[in-house]
Amino acid sequence: MADSGASPKVEKKVTPFQGVHASVAHDSALRHVTGTAIYVDDLPEPAGMLHVHLGMSTRAHARIVSMDLSAVRASPGVVRVLTAEDIPGENDVSPVIHDDRLFAQGEVYCVGQSLFAVAAASIAAARAAAAKAVVEYEDLPAAITIEQAQALDLKIEASQRMARGDAAAALEAAPHRIQGKFSIGGQDHFYLEGQASLATPREEGDVHVWCSTQHPTEVQHLIARVLGRPDHAVTVEVRRMGGGFGGKETQASLFAAAAALVAVKTGRPAKCRPDRDEDMVMTGKRHDFEVGYDVGFDAEGRLEGIRLELASRCGATTDLSPAINDRAMFHADNAYYLPAVEIVSHRWRTHTVSNTAFRGFGGPQGMAAIERVMDAVAQAAGLDPLEVRRRNLYGGSHNLTPYYQVVEDNVAPQLIEELARSCDYEARQRAVDAFNAANPILKKGLALTPVKFGVSFTTTHLNQAGALIHIYADGSIMLNHGGAEMGQGLYIKVAQVAAEAFQVPLDRVKITSTTTDKVPNTSATAASSGADLNGMAVLDAAGKLKGRLTAFAAEKWGVDPSQVTFTPDGVRIGGETVSFPDLCRQAYLARISLSATGFYATPKIAYDRKTHRGRPFYYFAYGAACSEVVVDTLTGETKVLRADILHDVGRSLNPAIDLGQVEGGFIQGMGWLTTEELVYDAKGVLKTHAPSTYKIPTAGDRPRVLNVKLWEPGRNAEPTVHRSKAVGEPPLMLAISVFSAITRAVASVGDHRVMPNLDAPATPEAVLMAVEDVRRRAGG
Amino acid sequence: MGGTIRFLLDGEVREAAGVDPTTTLLEHLRGPLRRTGTKEGCAEGDCGSCTVLVGELTTGDDLDPVNWRAVNACIQLLPMLDGKAVMTVESLATQTVAGCGGKPHPVQQAMIDRHGSQCGFCTPGIVMSLYGRAVGACGAGAPVEDVLAGNLCRCTGYGPILDAAREVVREPAPDVAAPLKAIQRQAMLTLAHEDPVRGVTRRWLAPRSLAELAAAAEANPDAAFVAGATDVGLWVTKLRKPPQTLIDIGRVPELKTIGRVGDALRIGAGVRYVEAIETLSARYPGLSDMMRRLGSTQVRNSGTIGGNIANGSPIGDMPPALIALGARLVLRRGEQVREIPLEDFFIAYGKQDRQPGEFVEAVIVPRGPAGQIFKVYKLSKRFDQDISAVCAAFAVTVVDGVVIEARVAFGGMAGTPRRADACEAALLGSPWTREAVEEAAAKLDEDYTPLSDMRASAGYRATTARNLLIRAFIESAQPGVATSVLAEAAHG
Repeated sequence: MADSGASPKVEKKVTPFQGVHASVAHDSALRHVTGTAIYVDDLPEPAGMLHVHLGMSTRAHARIVSMDLSAVRASPGVVRVLTAEDIPGENDVSPVIHDDRLFAQGEVYCVGQSLFAVAAASIAAARAAAAKAVVEYEDLPAAITIEQAQALDLKIEASQRMARGDAAAALEAAPHRIQGKFSIGGQDHFYLEGQASLATPREEGDVHVWCSTQHPTEVQHLIARVLGRPDHAVTVEVRRMGGGFGGKETQASLFAAAAALVAVKTGRPAKCRPDRDEDMVMTGKRHDFEVGYDVGFDAEGRLEGIRLELASRCGATTDLSPAINDRAMFHADNAYYLPAVEIVSHRWRTHTVSNTAFRGFGGPQGMAAIERVMDAVAQAAGLDPLEVRRRNLYGGSHNLTPYYQVVEDNVAPQLIEELARSCDYEARQRAVDAFNAANPILKKGLALTPVKFGVSFTTTHLNQAGALIHIYADGSIMLNHGGAEMGQGLYIKVAQVAAEAFQVPLDRVKITSTTTDKVPNTSATAASSGADLNGMAVLDAAGKLKGRLTAFAAEKWGVDPSQVTFTPDGVRIGGETVSFPDLCRQAYLARISLSATGFYATPKIAYDRKTHRGRPFYYFAYGAACSEVVVDTLTGETKVLRADILHDVGRSLNPAIDLGQVEGGFIQGMGWLTTEELVYDAKGVLKTHAPSTYKIPTAGDRPRVLNVKLWEPGRNAEPTVHRSKAVGEPPLMLAISVFSAITRAVASVGDHRVMPNLDAPATPEAVLMAVEDVRRRAGG
Repeated sequence: MGGTIRFLLDGEVREAAGVDPTTTLLEHLRGPLRRTGTKEGCAEGDCGSCTVLVGELTTGDDLDPVNWRAVNACIQLLPMLDGKAVMTVESLATQTVAGCGGKPHPVQQAMIDRHGSQCGFCTPGIVMSLYGRAVGACGAGAPVEDVLAGNLCRCTGYGPILDAAREVVREPAPDVAAPLKAIQRQAMLTLAHEDPVRGVTRRWLAPRSLAELAAAAEANPDAAFVAGATDVGLWVTKLRKPPQTLIDIGRVPELKTIGRVGDALRIGAGVRYVEAIETLSARYPGLSDMMRRLGSTQVRNSGTIGGNIANGSPIGDMPPALIALGARLVLRRGEQVREIPLEDFFIAYGKQDRQPGEFVEAVIVPRGPAGQIFKVYKLSKRFDQDISAVCAAFAVTVVDGVVIEARVAFGGMAGTPRRADACEAALLGSPWTREAVEEAAAKLDEDYTPLSDMRASAGYRATTARNLLIRAFIESAQPGVATSVLAEAAHG
């Protein structure tokens, strides 16, 4: 391969006007590289600020017999110690079901659960004080694993069933039938900036909170609930996060509420920033899953019936687990038509930290399940796995999902064929077989897998967004919306949308922090929806302002409104061109309102959760990836040698930003399926709670050859913002190709006679155990 | 005198007086100095968000170039910086305009042009690693992926960063030799500070000679020794058990040399990995892969081989390799010096053969016999910057097809780094054949009863221990058989 593996170079479009479809740098790029981008912990600390540390449960499930905090209170530097009794409102920081406590009350439900808050002059003083708490527990039966939860019959909610056709009958009738199971590990977000909140008291017991969160509105509402105040008493602001990935959707509330409570109770500013270990112990992660499959197929590998059983470890509280597990069910088809299907999903309650949103939101686990089925069917039928995948794709009359949404925008077959050609799949598959025949120790594997990801919050009411645009009298524009910036480039994309609307240079648009007192009642920046929803809301606001300016210009210049157009050279009014600032100035003098809000609600979607039928998704995002790996059969060490990616982002709002999301998502997904392993001990203590023990990919893990392309013909079939598609989550699942490739390499040890029992993550240990198991079962 | 730390920041002398000696450089930068570009990502030297450059005069001669190193500020204790120079991400931009950092340095511009930042939190640390590469800082001559192995990024997937790195052009480092010379301390630095939280007086002693060190150690038998602080730093930031008395061995010239004793190498206890890696790899090629993967650039730029031994960790990577090579340890207490086989230093988990007031002075590594097969293997979940599940070292000498010497040592298999007596005995006198090696490998089950932990299960450790001996055999006897996925990736 001549290509050095360098990431695709982005052509810089050098024009003063940079609207949509241009590869503009991240709005904070200069500040990032110079260290001047401000994160919560970088803000100047207000005079008298207190540091807040949370005392934590050391038991997985126990009754609190007594909690003596006198030594904590007496410890040097301590100003205040707060427990559940000090909460004026509700002791609750949950997103949906009221079952997450700010401070434990009577009982603890996981190790690391917050018991009390210490506010002290320094964080060292607060931590040293908290260690002096004397807590007496009486242990209660605890479920750490899914198996233990099953034994105790602990569930977050009733098991859910999604079905179409008669799966049982189809399985009975199918010429071939296989069953199997495998497990998929969880994943810590490992955002580089940990959770952080800085609360400043205001008059009348109001409070302002700087918070690193994807969901400022929810943090606002929860703080208000904790304080027993109306929502308007609390303002939550976020300029940027040092990464979120879902981990700051619901998980920021605990720390924000603790800081706010201290601020209100003491009248002093308060910061709550757990360190990395505390953060990893106290916050939820990606759900780990146990998957069982029963699949019937014909001799050509075409599925006839399938029954999937998905069981997840939800942790101690509900959090977002119902929706996350629903999304796992929604993606258990991936890009494949399942003729007769039954998907059953169990949501197990365990006494571990409550698992939460993580890029893909259950989708990756569902998708990993069906891709495992594809590999198993291919192995059983003795066929090339890509051939089996092709034969089962949606297409033609095979277009109905298990939840009865019709797939109308299917581009998976095209993407797969293009990628298979460009990555030279067939020749390389032969080369891999030749390598394996010649090498006794090292074995290679190659796999190509597709991604079809549904875009929209499946909780329909969340699909709304608001925006606020001010045009000042000098023609400069202040842009605000409900989306939060976590590195994904949302702010620059939406600013490009605004600049395009007014046809002004990008630097005329001021990007401002997301604040609950500017745009209210926003949804989380999640579900890949940031640009889709907020971009449209901004278009709505811009449209109103353009309408007012157009009407004003038409009247003043005496032309028809149709003769007023916004161009990069200025606003053309009849035969005349007036600069945008000029027009704004004149509109201001003519007493025209230059401030507008915008709003957007995604059309067409509706879903009935009782029957698991409807149209949960506005559209689908697609992609495909082909990965090649090499495995050491003596140690299980694995290296990804090369990956080729083709991904559909519709008409990209910013190709450079989108490529960054695709490549970054792929590597993050690769980490999930290879080196990132969460280990809990028998007592529910997380043993991998820092980068020394929890291993996300490093620069050296990136495949030396990584060819990433945005799909040229991409265009959203639905009228989304400039026909773009969501890009945040879907690329993560491209990494399933890595797992399939490893599975294939392991299978080669037994000459593909048996299906490897490989679980994710495919750590060296997991790979070696699978290799040895294949050797035993394949008899050689 | 005595209580003030002086260091150079962007050409300006900064003084820190009345600080707790266990204050980290990161805390000092982000707090009193308001240099918030340097980030705390983990406070354990594993993520690189706090990467800064530290410059020092190595010989005290201001004609010498300043030796710059990229290090993790989160586990550098502030007194270690006394008499040194520091550069942070804020040092690079050439002018400041409206608080936006002004005109970026070419490294910064390359990161912008290549879209190398997303959330931006790891970015300052990455910029500093790349800048270190531009100015030829310690360890920066390695492949880009190795230079960046200690900088975690969760957003980009590294591609744009690696591309930016490839555009980085060499440039001279700032010449601060003269001002450094001016602030170099002549007297023994001692700091004492009352810790209000714990109600103790914490002391820092920085002896300037071997004799001063020996005296300080004898006078303070409970003191903790600090070399690179890659371990002691964690006692402060993670265990939250800051030692009450700390002795900095980093300013003792006698400990900082690599010398010869006859045909053997004598490595002073204060020699950093980065300073030894070239000499060791040239002499013992079997060490080079492991040492490249030991820690990260930042860790190798701080940590010492002596520290890796002295802390007695069962999972240090140098001890098994050095034990296999037959290394001896030099211990000093006052004027008394004794030399022991390295393996005898490790008595049990958490217990070493070191008397109160005694310290590790050097390790002596003999040259192996001609034709010695020497292999070191490190197994971990991730290739770079990970702690070994198993670290294996084999030194085998075969004459006329028969093993005449075998030293086998493992890390991660017991409470200490340990030799495999039964395996060695089985190898000795046996033919160097697959069958005999497999028999000897089976003996490892008698030598070790490994534990299960978050890094690996006992079963994995036991299996791979055997398999690694087989790998060593294959590599020596069947050089045509590929056994390394890393090598495959490098030329694949």
